[in-house]
Amino acid sequence: MLVFVEQSLNGLQFGLLLFLLAAGLTLVFGIMDFVNLAHGSLYMMGAYFAATFVAWTNGFLPGILLALCATLLLGVALELVALRHLYGRNHLDQVLATFGLIMFFNDAVRLIWGPAGLSLPLPAWLTVPVQIVPDVFYPTYRLLIIVTTLAVAAVLYVVVMRTRIGMLIRAGASNREMIGALGVNIQLLFTLVFGLGAALAGLAGLMQAPIITVQIGMGENILILAFVIIVIGGIGSIRGAFMAAIFVGMIDTLGRAFLPDLMRTVLSSNTASTAASALSSMLIYLLMAIVLVVRPEGLVPAAKR
Amino acid sequence: MNSTINARNVVVALTALGLLLLPVYSGLTGDIFILTLFTRIIIFALAAASLNLIMGYGGMMSFGHAAYLGIGGYAVGILAHEGVGSGFIQWPVAVIVSALYALVIGALSLRTRGVYFIMITLAFAQMAYYIASGLSRYGGDDGLTIDKRSNFGGIIDLSNRVQFYYLCLACLFGGIYLIWRIVNSRFGMVVQGLRANEQRMQAIGIHANYYKLICFVISGTICGLAGALLANNTDFISPATMYWTRSGDLMVMVIAGGMGSLFGPVIGTIVFLVLEELLSQFTEYWALIMGPLLVLIVLFARGGLMGVLGRLSRG
Repeated sequence: MLVFVEQSLNGLQFGLLLFLLAAGLTLVFGIMDFVNLAHGSLYMMGAYFAATFVAWTNGFLPGILLALCATLLLGVALELVALRHLYGRNHLDQVLATFGLIMFFNDAVRLIWGPAGLSLPLPAWLTVPVQIVPDVFYPTYRLLIIVTTLAVAAVLYVVVMRTRIGMLIRAGASNREMIGALGVNIQLLFTLVFGLGAALAGLAGLMQAPIITVQIGMGENILILAFVIIVIGGIGSIRGAFMAAIFVGMIDTLGRAFLPDLMRTVLSSNTASTAASALSSMLIYLLMAIVLVVRPEGLVPAAKR
Repeated sequence: MNSTINARNVVVALTALGLLLLPVYSGLTGDIFILTLFTRIIIFALAAASLNLIMGYGGMMSFGHAAYLGIGGYAVGILAHEGVGSGFIQWPVAVIVSALYALVIGALSLRTRGVYFIMITLAFAQMAYYIASGLSRYGGDDGLTIDKRSNFGGIIDLSNRVQFYYLCLACLFGGIYLIWRIVNSRFGMVVQGLRANEQRMQAIGIHANYYKLICFVISGTICGLAGALLANNTDFISPATMYWTRSGDLMVMVIAGGMGSLFGPVIGTIVFLVLEELLSQFTEYWALIMGPLLVLIVLFARGGLMGVLGRLSRG
């Protein structure tokens, strides 16, 4: 039971983290109709910036803040230099060009930081576990991730649903040409949205950095997960992305944690462990395939947002 | 465009001739490296050509085409591992399993459109990837070494570099011929019509998904054959063969060469793999140049290299 609570919290934490990535991706996709495979690279850059700046400044929080700003700037620069020219193109061109950007970023990182992974040590005050209910301890840092991402999700909700900028973003998602015709500087809006998406991806990367090894290619696996989420949730829908992200995070984490034991009850232990590891990696793709077959537009189709 | 002698056709003819004569050059100079490099290129060109059939002519953007390379490869690898060395069994199995896989995932995926289609094909390929990683009897993550290449009795010896090269080349030319026949048949016209305007085609009584599915299966079958060739070429098969970046590479080869042009994928594959080879000799960080180059191709060379050549020949 204790293990279950702990693993559920891990699943929630992973899901929320995935939401940060998926939110940026779905915003960019919904509003600009732009498929950005390089979103995972921004996640990776966030983690590398964090590891570097924390070492430079010798402080956890200043380093993290610097890294966040750096990823935001990188995203805006990327939009201005390359991506802005791809908006009118078909999805295939966009997939191809951003695939090229992934290659570029992976090798650029290898050139600058070297092929070995980096690690980002946590400050002492984040390493003590907290007691959430009597006798159940949970790492403070993971709890901090849950709280931060929930706060970011709330802010994002308020910004998108309750402010003028958010209104423009939603209007842009439903009809781009019209809000351009109404005199809104759509180019600026796009840059802004892309920067926001980049910052969210960077935030996800830098928060994940202390838990995993910061390494080349870390953005790619998680990018595919983020795509799975926005497809399950319905492209362009932040609410759908939120639901799908929690769902995927839970299924993935719980599947990895409990499937091996579950399968051991029916199979021999050796086959069970290999079959379970393959099956738990497949679970979310299976989920996505089922959702797409049953509801080809995703759980929350963008039209009903 | 009426004249048959234009820049595009000259490049195609020269490339085909070059591919035919390459073993002669290699034999004369003793340069074995170029022969192995081009064997690899030809195999990937066959895979790219099969992707082009559904992407360029059928308008179906499959982001999971590497799965067939893996399936074809694993069919050869697993059979060899279990002691079935005959190519007369291995290759038909590779092709049939690929066709069945394409039939199943095609029937499911074709319920979706556009980006959703790109993503669901990707998801299925990733599933195949994880299944392969879970095959612990056949090496799991580490992959499976193939001790002996497919045995075709006395007809052809796959361990002979030149013979294997010509076999791959024959498969490539055969594949392209098949695709040419398909594209110009009534069936091919319907598929191209569906890409241009699906609603109209349905209005004149065409069952869209039926045609698309068959096209999808043919493409997967050809790519499965490329997988069988690839496994024989490397004497090795691993889950990495079907990783999603490999599907991305295949897409790049098709688009860089020119979608919807018969020979475009071959040119695209040659350019992509030769460039990769040259750049990686020149610097360890070849992707640093290749990446931005891709962005430039997308931005400035619409219709790929064949498109550029076509425009050149129009003057």
